[in-house]
Amino acid sequence: MEKTHAIELRNITKTFGKVVANKNVNLYVDKGIVMSLLGENGSGKTTLMNMLSGIYYPDEGEILIDGVPVTIKSPKDAYNYHIGMIHQHFKLVDVFSAAENIVLGLEEKGRLNYKNVSEKVKEIAEKYGFKIDPDKKIYDMSVSEKQTVEILKVLYRGADILILDEPTAVLTPQETEKLFEVIRAMKADGKAIIIITHKLNEVKEISDVVAIMRKGEHIKTVKTAEVTEKEMTEMMVGRQVELNISRTDVIDPKPRLTIANLNMYDENGFKRLDDVSFIAYSGEILGIAGIAGSGQRELLEAIAGLRKVDSGSIIYTPENNKFENLVGKSPIDIKNAGVSLAFVPEDRLGMGLVGSMGMTDNMLLRLWNKKKGVLVDKSDSKKLAEDVLNELEVATPSIDYPVRKLSGGNVQKVLVGREIASNPSVLMSAYAVRGLDINTSYTIYDLMSKQKEKGTSVIFVGEDLDVLLALSDRIMVMCDGKVSGIVDARKATKEEIGLLMTKSDREAQ
Amino acid sequence: MEKREPLFRITRRQDIKKSTAYTIYLLAFVIAILLGSLVFVICNVSPVTAYSAIINGAFGKSTGIRQTVKIMIPLLGTALALAPCFKMKYWNIGAEGQITMGAMGAAFFAINFYDKMPHVVLLLVMALSAMLMGALWSFIPAFFKAKWNTNETLFTLMLNYIAIGFVAYLQGGPWEGKEGSQIVPNFNSNAVLPKVFGVHMGWIIVLILVFVMFIYMKYTKHGYEISVMGDSENTARYAGMDVFKVIVRTAMVSGAISGLVGFMLASGQDQTIYSGIAANNGFTAISVAWLSKLNPFVMVLISLLLAALSKGSSSLKTAMGVPASISDIITGIILLCLLGSEFFVNFKIIRRQKEDK
Repeated sequence: MEKTHAIELRNITKTFGKVVANKNVNLYVDKGIVMSLLGENGSGKTTLMNMLSGIYYPDEGEILIDGVPVTIKSPKDAYNYHIGMIHQHFKLVDVFSAAENIVLGLEEKGRLNYKNVSEKVKEIAEKYGFKIDPDKKIYDMSVSEKQTVEILKVLYRGADILILDEPTAVLTPQETEKLFEVIRAMKADGKAIIIITHKLNEVKEISDVVAIMRKGEHIKTVKTAEVTEKEMTEMMVGRQVELNISRTDVIDPKPRLTIANLNMYDENGFKRLDDVSFIAYSGEILGIAGIAGSGQRELLEAIAGLRKVDSGSIIYTPENNKFENLVGKSPIDIKNAGVSLAFVPEDRLGMGLVGSMGMTDNMLLRLWNKKKGVLVDKSDSKKLAEDVLNELEVATPSIDYPVRKLSGGNVQKVLVGREIASNPSVLMSAYAVRGLDINTSYTIYDLMSKQKEKGTSVIFVGEDLDVLLALSDRIMVMCDGKVSGIVDARKATKEEIGLLMTKSDREAQ
Repeated sequence: MEKREPLFRITRRQDIKKSTAYTIYLLAFVIAILLGSLVFVICNVSPVTAYSAIINGAFGKSTGIRQTVKIMIPLLGTALALAPCFKMKYWNIGAEGQITMGAMGAAFFAINFYDKMPHVVLLLVMALSAMLMGALWSFIPAFFKAKWNTNETLFTLMLNYIAIGFVAYLQGGPWEGKEGSQIVPNFNSNAVLPKVFGVHMGWIIVLILVFVMFIYMKYTKHGYEISVMGDSENTARYAGMDVFKVIVRTAMVSGAISGLVGFMLASGQDQTIYSGIAANNGFTAISVAWLSKLNPFVMVLISLLLAALSKGSSSLKTAMGVPASISDIITGIILLCLLGSEFFVNFKIIRRQKEDK
């Protein structure tokens, strides 16, 4: 008799319009196995898993659970089949406690008894080695705690098949290690676990088998122990790749941006930047590490003149040593003062570009006010659009095709291409490779390095510590709006940075 | 366990061919006409006779055509006024009030200065005053929106009633003609917009405006700023645009054009002023602007369609004794179908495939 699997996908195909997200995928996972689902962005990993969790419905093919074909039309169906998915973006109610979030949406008979819920939550938590206070409100929780609640939510519903969508993307190295221990405990308990990821070292560390996806197709499933990182990358990308970040020595660094005692509160009165001081030098890449939301975004937007600073100074020193304080200046003032500042914001389509416009009109965002007159002159931006298209090999049907419809990598090429074209003396970028495929990511790293070699002061906010360590010259770590340390990227370790990322007030003093 | 696929599924369309989109719009229009027929049948009128009566009423005789054009002028003008606001995603539903204030601004000079200026100068002063009043009425909510992010939808809506109420006061007070009449006397002929081909020359003004608005939106820096703002305020700020200035300026441009429409209504069409002078044009124009996707040239077509329906069904009423409200029902059905068809342009519905096993 044929062996039945905990979950099996047969010939699954899913299309969105003309885009084939999944093509003829055959895949299975057994009980007590951790499987990594590895693939670049856009390779169809998340779409595939969303079909298991009832968010999408496959166009073709079938899903079998314990050898029985099933129909999963809604997330509720998925729960009934004991499938639980932990999404990358948490779906929790902020003002509810952990226990309230865990039982939310459950249809149980009788009165809701939070004491029983708390007991049961604690029981599950102990079994798998979680630490959780069921009565703590979500808004008081760290990212890692929120993730714990999400995992408990599906375990509470009796999930036997757990799907985790890039669970480590938001965690520090230490938190990741804790999560892996929990996963190992769940595995020992006989659960089938699927982890969506693109971090190769984690694949090696946690999973038993790895299924590799490329362009919507399932390429191969192999035992993790029998494959090298290089082999996995090649299967993922489909050809040989050279994954080297070349880092030159810093030549003749001069202070370019001197930030001193910067403080900033947001609209709600929360302190976002707390006494931030540092110097960014010409010809170096200053990496900025930190848990998402530690003030990186606010810092860059403050420098760019997009947010009001409450106190402190941002001194810009160009080649000719004429100082310019950027505090209190709007983006247009900064430009008029002759400061060539380029900024690749985190929110590409919500701040850096206009999604509904084509490349030409997006280049215009930097050039629209350059010439006098009532009418807008598009000739320069058209030329720039063509240059960027050719130099960075942007894949687009035409320079007037809405950039929103391009892939993430091409969107970022348009944005970075435009910013670099202005020949900046300071180049700031936030999460410049988020969501990009490996090739484009390395193109971006390369562009950053080239800017540095040209003498630009590059500020690079990143989330992948391996990349930050390989690319930057120095790494500044932020925690709760403060600078918790600046380290030499050539000497520092991941663990060291991880500790700085979570360094709380009390420990610092 | 039985395997069942849901009967219908909805997916978003990626790119739609222009021809497919036009087919959908045409189909929606046909469905609207068919649904309208149903209404006529209920009223015991043959749909064919009814529709031909509408077309005849709107375009049959030259007087009919003139009437249709007269209805079309303020509708088109106001839709053009709304275009920049809507492009910016600033939901100005205060055109009604801006028209009314514009009409008041024009009437002020028509009533008080009709004998103190030559004809052309008086008309220009009236138009200018109307535009200023419209712009001012639009400035108030825009300023609050830009400064404190208040809700412009509610704000502009409420200002409509203030404008209408204020004119009602003038009508029964300072500007009242015969005591107790509650009517402002007709303007002196010196303050009346001359006719060209039998219709007041407002039609020339709005046709010029169609081209001006097209160029303004497409080829000017202002137009570019409006487009960027409509997509994302953050992007606008990032690109060094003055968000406050763009909101206020755009709203004022819009208000000025609505004010100009008010001038045409007071000086050209009604030759007086009363509280209901805007006659719902400010609201109907929202549908016109929406249906034409803010394209000025399409606005000409849509406003012509609505004007013809309105004129045609009023002659239908006199010719066949069909209740007047029928025209509103037909117009409503057409709007509903055309606006509803957007759904099918954006989404595709997939039916369950037949079981092959």
